[in-house]
Amino acid sequence: MAGNNPNSTPMNLTLKVWRQKNAKTQGQLVTYNVKEISPDMSFLEMFDVLNEDLLRQGQEPVAFDHDCREGICGMCSMYINGRAHGPEKGTTTCQLHMRKFKDGDTIVVEPWRANAFTVHKDLSTDRSALDRIQQAGGYVSVNTGGVPDANEIPIPKPIADKAFDAATCIQCGACVAACKNASAMLFLSAKVSQLALLPQGKVERKTRVENMLAQHDAEGFGSCTNIGACAAECPVGISLDNIAMLNREYISAKATSDNIG
Amino acid sequence: MILDAKIPDGPIAEKWEKHKFNVKLVNPANKRKYDIIIVGSGLAGASAAATLAELGYNVKVFCFQDSARRAHSIAAQGGINAAKNYQNDGDSVYRLFYDTVKGGDYRAREANVYRLAQVSVNIIDQCVAQGVPFAREYGGLLANRSFGGAQVSRTFYARGQTGQQLLLGAYSALNRQIAYGKVQMFPRTEMLDLVMVDGKARGIVTRHLVTGHIESHSAHAVVLATGGYGNVFYLSTNAMGSNTTAIWRAYKKGAFFGNPCFTQIHPTCIPVSGEYQSKLTLMSESLRNDGRVWVPKAKGDKRVPRDIPEAERDYFLERKYPAFGNLVPRDVASRNAKLACDEGRGVGSTGLAVYLDFADAIKRDGLDKVSQKYGNLFEMYAKITGEDPYQSPMRIYPAVHYTMGGLWVDYNLMTTIPGLYAAGEANFSDHGANRLGASALMQGLADGYFVLPYTIGDYLAQNPGPKISTDHPAFKESETNVRATIQKLLSINGTKTVDEFHKELGLLMWDYCGMARNAEGLQFAKDKIKALREEFWRNVKLYGENEDMNQTIEKAGRVADFLELGELMVTDALHRNESCGGHFREEYQTPENEALRDDTNFAYVAAWEYTGPNSEARLNKEPLEFENVKLTQRSYK
Amino acid sequence: MSWFTKTFSSTIGRKLLVAITGLFLCSFLVVHLIGNLQLFSADEGVAFNAYTYFMTHNPVIRAMEIVLLLGFAFHIYEAVVITRRNQSARSVKYAVNRPEQNSNWSSRNMGLLGTVIFVFLLVHLYNFYFKLKFGEVSLDAAGNKNLYVIAVESFSHWWYVALYVISMIALAFHLIHGFQSAFQTLGLSHKKYTPAIKAFGYFFSIVVCAGFAAMPLYFFFLY
Repeated sequence: MAGNNPNSTPMNLTLKVWRQKNAKTQGQLVTYNVKEISPDMSFLEMFDVLNEDLLRQGQEPVAFDHDCREGICGMCSMYINGRAHGPEKGTTTCQLHMRKFKDGDTIVVEPWRANAFTVHKDLSTDRSALDRIQQAGGYVSVNTGGVPDANEIPIPKPIADKAFDAATCIQCGACVAACKNASAMLFLSAKVSQLALLPQGKVERKTRVENMLAQHDAEGFGSCTNIGACAAECPVGISLDNIAMLNREYISAKATSDNIG
Repeated sequence: MILDAKIPDGPIAEKWEKHKFNVKLVNPANKRKYDIIIVGSGLAGASAAATLAELGYNVKVFCFQDSARRAHSIAAQGGINAAKNYQNDGDSVYRLFYDTVKGGDYRAREANVYRLAQVSVNIIDQCVAQGVPFAREYGGLLANRSFGGAQVSRTFYARGQTGQQLLLGAYSALNRQIAYGKVQMFPRTEMLDLVMVDGKARGIVTRHLVTGHIESHSAHAVVLATGGYGNVFYLSTNAMGSNTTAIWRAYKKGAFFGNPCFTQIHPTCIPVSGEYQSKLTLMSESLRNDGRVWVPKAKGDKRVPRDIPEAERDYFLERKYPAFGNLVPRDVASRNAKLACDEGRGVGSTGLAVYLDFADAIKRDGLDKVSQKYGNLFEMYAKITGEDPYQSPMRIYPAVHYTMGGLWVDYNLMTTIPGLYAAGEANFSDHGANRLGASALMQGLADGYFVLPYTIGDYLAQNPGPKISTDHPAFKESETNVRATIQKLLSINGTKTVDEFHKELGLLMWDYCGMARNAEGLQFAKDKIKALREEFWRNVKLYGENEDMNQTIEKAGRVADFLELGELMVTDALHRNESCGGHFREEYQTPENEALRDDTNFAYVAAWEYTGPNSEARLNKEPLEFENVKLTQRSYK
Repeated sequence: MSWFTKTFSSTIGRKLLVAITGLFLCSFLVVHLIGNLQLFSADEGVAFNAYTYFMTHNPVIRAMEIVLLLGFAFHIYEAVVITRRNQSARSVKYAVNRPEQNSNWSSRNMGLLGTVIFVFLLVHLYNFYFKLKFGEVSLDAAGNKNLYVIAVESFSHWWYVALYVISMIALAFHLIHGFQSAFQTLGLSHKKYTPAIKAFGYFFSIVVCAGFAAMPLYFFFLY
């Protein structure tokens, strides 16, 4: 059915999918066969097909998180064949297409694994720990209204671009999932860097990094050991430079802030 | 019934200032006594929640996603308009107001649009103060671009991810209030009913999507900021979860629904590739700046595009609209693509696509320049289709993108239910019958940051009633109903899945209430939708129980509402015997196939009132008066 | 002083200690290597033994010995604490995991490499340091304790040489990741300098470890 592509022969695949009723129960991998999968389908569309089949057979569909299906909302997850968001670089699961697989392949699909992310059900996990890290200081404390004119704060373009690069994080949690240490340091560093780079964020930079890191640690994420898997698997290419900047921010905050508690 | 929009008196430029002075204020010490519920955490919801909490109210925010930041505002690409006139190119509040009213084909309320243009400038200031990394010039000041055919450069942007960055700004403000304890956040929680006490909105009933728990929440005012209902078409550029449930259930409790048939169809989306298709992806409108739209002249020409010689190609937009060419407005571009495909000249295996060709741009400007401008879009296209747009032309087709209709609101953004507000895409909005590019983000943030905080205060200052316990019989009754509906859905155990019903509905809506509509088709669709709805309640298949996560329950509830909304959209489209903006009735067109408005009979907002499960919605009108803008016929020849 | 302990017990604080001690240990490796190059001078160990005498009797060096011990102790202790924390951050493992697709083996196995180096260290200390300090060691022509003969004797056993070489390979991998990683941890990252730091780290790791490994090989094969 593909557009101009005549070589889109449908595929048959074997899926091994993690099934788990809820957070309190144990789960296991369950094998399913899916047939007539078009190479033009997205990975999640393949799951739609599986779920429709399961439902028609009176079996329970697989629960998974997804929403925008265009790679920006950060809701989809899935650890596919040992990789966060699957084998294609710079791609979320929703943008991964079946043409990256071959007829007859076996695909193992697991939820994000980290103690800070509990499994809700099947492939859906609780990533609210990331929200709580944001709540610990990922903002500039300005109320609505009473702010200066937007052009009163010139920001050099390279700085603005760098801040933007950090700000594109979609909070999907792939960095945590891929990290051997289940560390959320890449995620944390993206927000800390974005705001530390911009004049607006500099005012609170010390308390921000102290509080956000404290929250990161309290949530039970691991420590960064500079492996780099996070950045390699990040679907939006958040750079490891942000972690260096986070470390710098932390050292300077701890050395100079008034916080003696 | 003639609706009163409560527009303040006075010259248009002074209305909002005057109104802000006239609204009643809540004493700072009293604000903490009032609870406000906000459903939806996108631009409108998050910005309203943060601002109201900053003022001192107690706010509860609900969203169905796992984090407030995933609301579909995040997917907006292009930019946000603001009448800053930073480029010194003649922009002004008045011009933005004028363009918006005209762009909306004269079906928007002047006073609201003017206010929108006024506060647009504050939005940019606010976002920059929050650390939103807008694009900048080398001098360090903000960059602008012209967007969607506007004659001035008033669009602020953050690469192709403006919605994401603006939402993250609002989300950060929201997080700050969550940290202060002024906002209580309820993610993965879906509103399933509006609770009314003494004729006022006093709370909601929700279902927790992980545990299945049905819960009540009480407040003094309720804001619905739940976005648009484009997913009634099944395939749209909306997120999979975008739904009408919150506003639809409010409608069934008495809130009027404004202009439900006004739908925006975006011309440049990646076409459907197969039955399994779950959503459509938008490609930025900017592509039409350099891409040329064409189809083969001959019907059913299945040659690969590069084998079709120049003489056998029809660049139909350039041919029909020599002045604007490929840059005609969204509705015109969309309709003409459909026309070409209806004639059997569509391309690709489905025949439902037209080419968007960059060969000439590449020849003229070089590959590097083209890739600089559109590289990320080309990459996205290649990722989805597996084809290289540098080598062969893109295939594009229109897709549902935005719904101008929504809950009817007055100047204060209050619906016809006292204490119930609607903001952002969820209200019938300031866009009339067609929304201009880069105006959706502007409206969402305007409503949330700068309008609702004043107007809700006005309502709360006028005795909204005492705190109500969720043990109140109204809550208990609503909970019972919600549980009963879920049990009913689970017990049907039929043979067709929710998705099958949804796809069928979507196809009906697309074929008969999409880019072009006619009375006969609409009537046909109306009967079909009724039959489909009847079948749904008899034959739908869900799985399991209302415990733990059960995504079939979520979907079924939403599709049940779409099946009702679809009929109302058709009813509205059928009654509006004119063409305007996104609403194109084939019977009403100029000899040049352009939309033919009927200002004498249809210059009003159609606000539909629910009258019961098996009876027709009742039409109420809000006449639109144009005192500042002269009504003209749009022409792009 | 609670801020101080808090700082160094946070995830970043602990790895800062690992980084700082790691770089300090790198500097020790350089000094140690340069000193030990005396082994290659063709004087039957006179220069080497003189150097040994200096190292064991100079008060500054003696003081630094304690600092060095602390350096090792902190490096190992903090690394163990971090590793344990990190292991407990994911109690349910993936059924299928392909980390080789996104990261280097050495970066993921610093603990393993460190353990190999630690075991080596114990053997090495026992064989040289303890023998020198507490054992019966003959004197050379210049009247210094003859550590040289101990080296020559030790490196005549193939298994001993193998242990050294394998350990130096482990050390090289440990350093290839560790050296540049320390700079990243200290926040010293810049597009101008980071490539140079990485290149130097690579070079450093190989040269230092090859230098150390050359000694047992030299005595085993050539002496």
